[in-house]
Amino acid sequence: MLPIRLACYGLRSVAANCKRINIGALSQITRKFSSDERPQFPGSRSQWTEKLEFIRPDLYDGIPVYRVMDRKGKVIDPSQDPQLSQEMVIKMYKCMTQLNTMDRILYESQRQGRISFYMTNYGEEGTHIGSAAALDPKDLIFGQYREAGTLMWRGFTLDQFMNQCYGNMEDGGKGKQMPVHYGSKDLNFVTISSPLGTQMPQAVGAAYSYKRAQNGLCVMCYFGEGTSSEGDAHAALNFSATLDCPVIFFCRNNGYAISTPSKEQYRGDGIAGRGPAYGMLTIRVDGNDVFAVYNATAKARQVALNEMRPVLIEAMTYRIGHHSTSDDSTAYRSVDEVRYWDERDHPISRLRNYMLSKGWWGDVQEKEWKEDCKRQVMTAFARAEKKLKPNWKEIFTDVYHEMPSHITEQLKQMEEHVQKYAEHYPLKNFSKD
Amino acid sequence: MAAPIAKSNLVMLKNAFKYVGLRGISTSRPASAQLTVRDALNSAIDEEMERDERVFILGEEVAQYDGAYKISRGLWKKYGDKRVIDTPITEMGFAGIATGAAMAGLRPICEFMTWNFSMQAIDHVINSAAKTFYMSAGMVNVPIVFRGPNGAAAGVAAQHSQCFGAWYSHCPGLKVIAPYSAEDAKGLLKAAIRDPDPVVCLENEIMYGTAFDVSDEVLSKDFILPIGKAKIERAGKHITLVAFSRAVATCLDAAKELSTIGIEAEVINLRSLRPLDFDTVMESVKKTNHLVSVEHGWPQSGVGAEIVSRMVEGPGFYHLDAPPVRVTGADIPMPYAKTLEDHSLPQGKDVVRVVKKLLNVQ
Repeated sequence: MLPIRLACYGLRSVAANCKRINIGALSQITRKFSSDERPQFPGSRSQWTEKLEFIRPDLYDGIPVYRVMDRKGKVIDPSQDPQLSQEMVIKMYKCMTQLNTMDRILYESQRQGRISFYMTNYGEEGTHIGSAAALDPKDLIFGQYREAGTLMWRGFTLDQFMNQCYGNMEDGGKGKQMPVHYGSKDLNFVTISSPLGTQMPQAVGAAYSYKRAQNGLCVMCYFGEGTSSEGDAHAALNFSATLDCPVIFFCRNNGYAISTPSKEQYRGDGIAGRGPAYGMLTIRVDGNDVFAVYNATAKARQVALNEMRPVLIEAMTYRIGHHSTSDDSTAYRSVDEVRYWDERDHPISRLRNYMLSKGWWGDVQEKEWKEDCKRQVMTAFARAEKKLKPNWKEIFTDVYHEMPSHITEQLKQMEEHVQKYAEHYPLKNFSKD
Repeated sequence: MAAPIAKSNLVMLKNAFKYVGLRGISTSRPASAQLTVRDALNSAIDEEMERDERVFILGEEVAQYDGAYKISRGLWKKYGDKRVIDTPITEMGFAGIATGAAMAGLRPICEFMTWNFSMQAIDHVINSAAKTFYMSAGMVNVPIVFRGPNGAAAGVAAQHSQCFGAWYSHCPGLKVIAPYSAEDAKGLLKAAIRDPDPVVCLENEIMYGTAFDVSDEVLSKDFILPIGKAKIERAGKHITLVAFSRAVATCLDAAKELSTIGIEAEVINLRSLRPLDFDTVMESVKKTNHLVSVEHGWPQSGVGAEIVSRMVEGPGFYHLDAPPVRVTGADIPMPYAKTLEDHSLPQGKDVVRVVKKLLNVQ
């Protein structure tokens, strides 16, 4: 481009010296050169090149992984330490460990036939707590299914978790969904929906409505690296950018989508590699580093709201547990690999080491908390198990806003029937309210 | 009011003079204007957007292009980018976005260019919009309206001509409306927009340009029709013809021909497929003892199957003097050639033939 510019100036100075030359004609020539400088296509006006060169996907090393602590929990660059209070850090630690303990108990309970299904969060506690802590409690969360820690951080009680898994009379979901499909209007967490990726364009729509309302809140959308292959993901990422929505897309890249390893899920630079292609601000972080996750989410939120634009965070982590209770991951990965991550790079141990180095935690507190935590989980568990199932009439509610006449009729028929043949139905297991 | 109504004001004046003279003779309420289905839909959307600022419309080509079928004509000019949104080409994407916006408190009208394209978004319509209120035990409701032209148009062949009445009316949690006339279109769409439940509005492209006589009441800003209530378009005593959307016109054509040979057919316009107003059908059959369901969709597991089943599985059975019959579109993907297309859909004469056979008339 430069040579052309110089040529233009050259011509101009020549023209200035030769008054006979038609200035108009010259400016036409220079104008032709300027429109030749950049392509004028509506779709792209980048640069011209005369070199036949394809961009290789492995041209660069990939977007780097942002971290604050090393694997042993030692802060590398002190300027990146978010300097959270002792109270906050201990709260984070307790939340992660309580989640871990609850997971163990509920996984076991499925194995024992007490609940029908469960999904653990082992190894990904850092992604949950780190990100949830950086959000406003009123920011709307659309999860996938492995984000229980975000709900726990916001105050969903052990009782509430367990009631949902048991589908008992105190389940907020009134026994209408499988375990781990939590939802809470009070805590701004949209009820989990099974089809993968559908939450992504919905998060964009919700963010659009928040933008219209100008309420200073953003939407947080969690999804896995496997889910990013869904068509919905493409539509959501593209749309969030074209509609300028205040939404944070948080990808938990945990290496596996059930048995599909990430190297079979995509060929490009993960999910972060796609962000710039959609015109989004993007970062890749160490998902097992609570502070890195915290910093990235806090900054993303600031940008999303101040600049009214979406942000993509890809949190690299490892799924230590099986996909769910219906999965046995020894079928597709070695026990050694799992043990490696559990022992060498776990978000809980890294944070614990940080706390130890600060003198905020020790063996005594660890022992006390472990016992206290286990006790809390076990007592909530025992309570949940004893509770009655919801009133059977709940089968008929919430199909529509107003119960339609054909359902009211069926409800009445069932009431009469149950009254008449009460001794044939296990009514004592169901709540009467 | 949007431009289309202004035009009909002139028509209104013209008709007013026409009807002043006939007032004493006419027994039905005199219509004061003509309104096309397109304009009825347009004014329904316009009025509801004016009334409630949470209402907004999104879809392909709805903004500057005024809508692929001009249903949203004038709206982008009046309300701007915030309330009339052109979407990229991804039904899956914008149906999801609309659903999410509804979950977070807005009231979207999501337009599918045709309901055929909704198949790419059907997971959002069913799994997200329809089922969410139930799955969340009442915590998350989805006050959304999905709308667009349904069924056969003209010469658009297999992938653009399917009727989705049976598919969507199958699902609990959804409400499904299928307007026929301009009055239906206006009243039902306004009711749908105000409804807290997700509503599927199955329109018909061929009907968009058809003008109907409408009363002043229909033109008013608060004209609502109840969802789930059928209308008797034409009273009769010999046989009951039940239909929805364009098939109502097919039945009215048949009824006209039948009356020349002394058979008075009662034509019921279902207006809604879910809830389906079976009571009106039952009351009619108690009077006529004969039932024919007419639809343009395919025969197997169609809307007609539901109507006929309800008739025979209950007390309706005892009111029938002959088996109930379904007249449907041919069981083939819609062909392109005009003659083939015409023969793939039921016409008035097909219904007449069926009625004559049922009533044992030569």
